[in-house]
Amino acid sequence: MPVNTINGYNFEVDAEGFFEDREQWSEELARELAALIDIEVTDEHLKVLRFARDDQAQTGSTPTLNRMNKVGGFVVADLFSLFPGKPAKKIAWLAGLKKPTSCV
Amino acid sequence: MDDLSVKTGKRVVVLGAGSAGTMMVNKLRSRLPEEWQVVAVDRDDAHMYQPGFLFIPVGMYKPARVVRSRKKYLLPGIDYVESPIEKVVAAENKVYLENGLVIEYDYLLVATGTQIRPDLTEGMGSGALWFKKVFEFYTYEGAVALRQALQDFEGGKVVVHVTDMPIKCPVAPLELAFLLDDYFRKRRIRHKVDITFATPLDGAFTKPVASHELGSLLDDRAIRLRPDFAIERIDNDAQELVAYDGVRIPFDLCITTPLNTGQDYVFASDIGDESGFVPVDKHTLQSTELPNVFAVGDATNLPTSKAGAVAHFSSEKLIENMLGLMLEGKEPAERFDGHANCFVESGRGQALLLDFNYDTQPLTGTYPFRRIGPMKLLGRSRFNHMGKLAFEKMYWGLLMRNKTIPLPADMQLAGKKWED
Repeated sequence: MPVNTINGYNFEVDAEGFFEDREQWSEELARELAALIDIEVTDEHLKVLRFARDDQAQTGSTPTLNRMNKVGGFVVADLFSLFPGKPAKKIAWLAGLKKPTSCV
Repeated sequence: MDDLSVKTGKRVVVLGAGSAGTMMVNKLRSRLPEEWQVVAVDRDDAHMYQPGFLFIPVGMYKPARVVRSRKKYLLPGIDYVESPIEKVVAAENKVYLENGLVIEYDYLLVATGTQIRPDLTEGMGSGALWFKKVFEFYTYEGAVALRQALQDFEGGKVVVHVTDMPIKCPVAPLELAFLLDDYFRKRRIRHKVDITFATPLDGAFTKPVASHELGSLLDDRAIRLRPDFAIERIDNDAQELVAYDGVRIPFDLCITTPLNTGQDYVFASDIGDESGFVPVDKHTLQSTELPNVFAVGDATNLPTSKAGAVAHFSSEKLIENMLGLMLEGKEPAERFDGHANCFVESGRGQALLLDFNYDTQPLTGTYPFRRIGPMKLLGRSRFNHMGKLAFEKMYWGLLMRNKTIPLPADMQLAGKKWED
């Protein structure tokens, strides 16, 4: 399994760069990763990432945008401004989770 | 039929008599001693063969073919109650039915599946174009209405769309896109039809091996892909899907997959989560909150596909867990591994076979089907398509008749190409 290293942080990733082990994540690492995709992490970002992680720990699945809205109470348009373009995927990656998938 | 308003002996109640409920209630009745009363509840007597919904719009199945009596598939000795459910009050161990009956239970199994909620997306269910130019095919009514709309369609932009996960049978919209390509070719108007597949996920195929093997399939069929499309609303005046980031997809015919939730009564009960699904241990299927409540099939929050195959394979573990607890007080120990397999129509008379579980993505190779021979995994073949069609007979004749299909419940690695 490939291991990515950023500023001394090591974490195992799948073929697309998503975390294999959510326990190798930290807020500091999230900041480093975010910088790579031109996102400066604020408290607003962290609230989203923490919710995604807590929710995944509970359900076993990375939350969808719909769930972030309904359960997390986030406004989807805000998620688009915080994580431009592809919020679901960016949130999953920055939170140390798997990307949302289908069965195939 | 027994008077269910009073409980004298021991009683297990199964809510829902579709795929998962029928399989489980028959298993329970055949293996529980006489003194146990086994009750099944459903709102009507129409058991749908849901894989058939895919074939109705494109004219491969006549609508009536998918509907049979629920009662006919329940073993003698099961008390069947036909009524919508009002609510479950787990704190009282009681089910309240809309017909006024209150049924007390010792054990409860929830198998009432999922429902589509077009009302939750602005301009979808409540829009002027609903069932005129915007359709779904996850209900009998929807599949039949779409069939007519397709017959009347003479050309233009068709969008096959997924609102957001989780949805029942996540691959069905993609299968429909492939079948539409065939359908319009046969009608000799394919050149007048522009087909787009729009998904909130990052591709039509989202797992690495599948994506590598099948990535070109949409291009081959001239189906446009719009990934990462997060719908906000449908603009009925402009006939466009509108995403949160302002991107618009125009359509002449939209075949959407609305949001899925559990059934309405779950929201009025104390057994479900925010989406109306019953939280269960993903291996034992026991409620995470209530030791005498279990759930199976689409009604659960299992982190896997909502699919009949999941209901089928998990039911073989679940029955042991329920019987052990009910008869001997044993803690559930049989573990479901998330195994599912399914035939996926890819058009041109071919299908793919997928086989996967919680930990293993769909891989290539072959699936060792006892007595029938190896079937190609994750690749297209005519044989797989025949398998998909033949499954209908196995469903009614074996699965719903409390007979076993010679397939192991746990996923097998034999035959799969495995790289690490």
